[in-house]
Amino acid sequence: MGRTFAEKVLARAGGVEDARAGDIVNAEPDVVMSHDNAAAIRKHFEKLGVERVWNPDKIVIPLDHVVPAASEKHAQNHKSIREFVSNQGIRNFYDINTGICHQVLPEKGHVFPGALILGSDSHTTTYGALGAFSAGIGRTEMAAIWATGHLWLRVPETMRINVEGSLPKGVYPKDLILHIIGDLGADGATYMSVEFDGPAIRDMDVSGRMTLCNMAAEMGAKNGVVTPDDRTRAYLSGRVKRQYEEVFSDPDAEVKREVDYDAGDIGPVVAFPHTVDNVKPVEDAVGIPIDEFVLGTCTNGRLDDLHVAASILKGRRVAEGSRMLVFPASMEVYLDALRDGTIATLVEAGAVVMNPGCGPCLGAHEGVLAPGERALSTANRNFKGRMGCKEAEVYLASPATVAASALKGEIADPREVV
Amino acid sequence: MPRAWKYGDDVNTDVIFPGKYTYTISDPKEMAEHALEDLDPDFAGNVREGDIVVAGKNFGCGSSREQAAVCLKAAGVSAVVAKSFARIFYRNAINAGLPAVVCEGVDSIEHGDEVEIDLKAGKIINRTKGVEIGFTPIPDFMMEIIEDGGLLPHLKKQLNR
Ligand code: SF4
Repeated sequence: MGRTFAEKVLARAGGVEDARAGDIVNAEPDVVMSHDNAAAIRKHFEKLGVERVWNPDKIVIPLDHVVPAASEKHAQNHKSIREFVSNQGIRNFYDINTGICHQVLPEKGHVFPGALILGSDSHTTTYGALGAFSAGIGRTEMAAIWATGHLWLRVPETMRINVEGSLPKGVYPKDLILHIIGDLGADGATYMSVEFDGPAIRDMDVSGRMTLCNMAAEMGAKNGVVTPDDRTRAYLSGRVKRQYEEVFSDPDAEVKREVDYDAGDIGPVVAFPHTVDNVKPVEDAVGIPIDEFVLGTCTNGRLDDLHVAASILKGRRVAEGSRMLVFPASMEVYLDALRDGTIATLVEAGAVVMNPGCGPCLGAHEGVLAPGERALSTANRNFKGRMGCKEAEVYLASPATVAASALKGEIADPREVV
Repeated sequence: MPRAWKYGDDVNTDVIFPGKYTYTISDPKEMAEHALEDLDPDFAGNVREGDIVVAGKNFGCGSSREQAAVCLKAAGVSAVVAKSFARIFYRNAINAGLPAVVCEGVDSIEHGDEVEIDLKAGKIINRTKGVEIGFTPIPDFMMEIIEDGGLLPHLKKQLNR
């Protein structure tokens, strides 16, 4: 019997010959990531009475959630983190001028195929797009890793999602993953390692694969992964400085569930409030008035996302009475978009371009909603209160749908404009 | 005799421990006063040491907040038994020293039943109904963490050895 991707990576990181779904391994991660919550983790860590972190070179900390600090409390947290990284000799610290953790780690070469990466953030699953095994963990657990270098992990069962065909015009990876989550449900892949494969995935660039793996978390998955190929290698070259070995799932490995989709059958979709799996065809949403449009986040704030939006908004204006906020996912994305004129196009269309970071995604600052308002966002979550107000509504869609809708001030079908 | 507090599917972390308290309350005792506040206002005032929480599938879905596990533990809950758990809640529970038991056969348990749970043997004895329900015991490795009171005390013990 062959072995799944998850079984191979976790056996290697756990230092055992063989590990199978359901086994527990005590694994040493290759990379661990924390963001602004490193301040809280520091407190747990110090309570353990350990002086030095186990390996400063394996710890990566970007500040991204509330940057620049929105309040004294946030500023205090940032200060505490800056002190900590300096005292502990953690060199892979990225201050507020870098970008969202899930964009920064791949860009800066911390993500490589076959790696075990654990992050104190639920969307750590994103790195699977580059063939890594990456999962979100809690803060206490991160403190334990900082102290000991190890954490217990249960080897997950595997779900294979095979996507045939190709996405029609006006339909994007975001529509595909929302469609899948709508179909399987918010607990459809609980505990599981989700392997995405098939011609539609092979055709997809790394950015689209990141969108899929990012949102695997929204169906309960432990991790999401795309097998490395030439697109992966092209992305990694020049970024990753170390040696690595690509890890592939065996075709005859035991898989708990296999699901097939045909990309050609999928149209633009929208996730309605207040759950990510409340997914409907865009036709059902057309005409819903929107106050705030958000383009960005770790799900859809990359250069290709900005390009799609700019191509729709070029020479036109965001509708009177609504507002559009743009958050490039990182400074690298921001610079590229500045240089190629994308930012100018967006600003000319009336969008407000903000600094790279999470922005209003978690409801802390930079565009929170008022009671009764509606947002259409490219983010990954729309729980009640997510954007800072319990009496507001958050709808989720692709960058194209967000841009096409921004022109009208209400949800619109992007196929009319692309 | 411990009793069962029975709930349905998809009990999310917001109703277990409301988000509005996540940055304002840090004392577990105070957390316990708000446990399950938005799902069952009777719970926090009436739960007794050793009671168990019984639920359907996907218990603890939503946010990764650890307080959801900590508040139940601080309220005296001796175990959460559910058909399935959201994975981050499951980890948070074990790491907070709160036994999380996966058990398919919970349908026969009703709110208020007198129940005993034997974690090692993997069985729930429902005294009210006179039936026994089996489950796969929590792996030894996790039981050690639970018995030490959670991941941090467990590590402290190991580090001081
Ligand atoms: S952009 Fe949103 S989902 Fe992504 S890491 Fe930031 S807060 Fe989390």
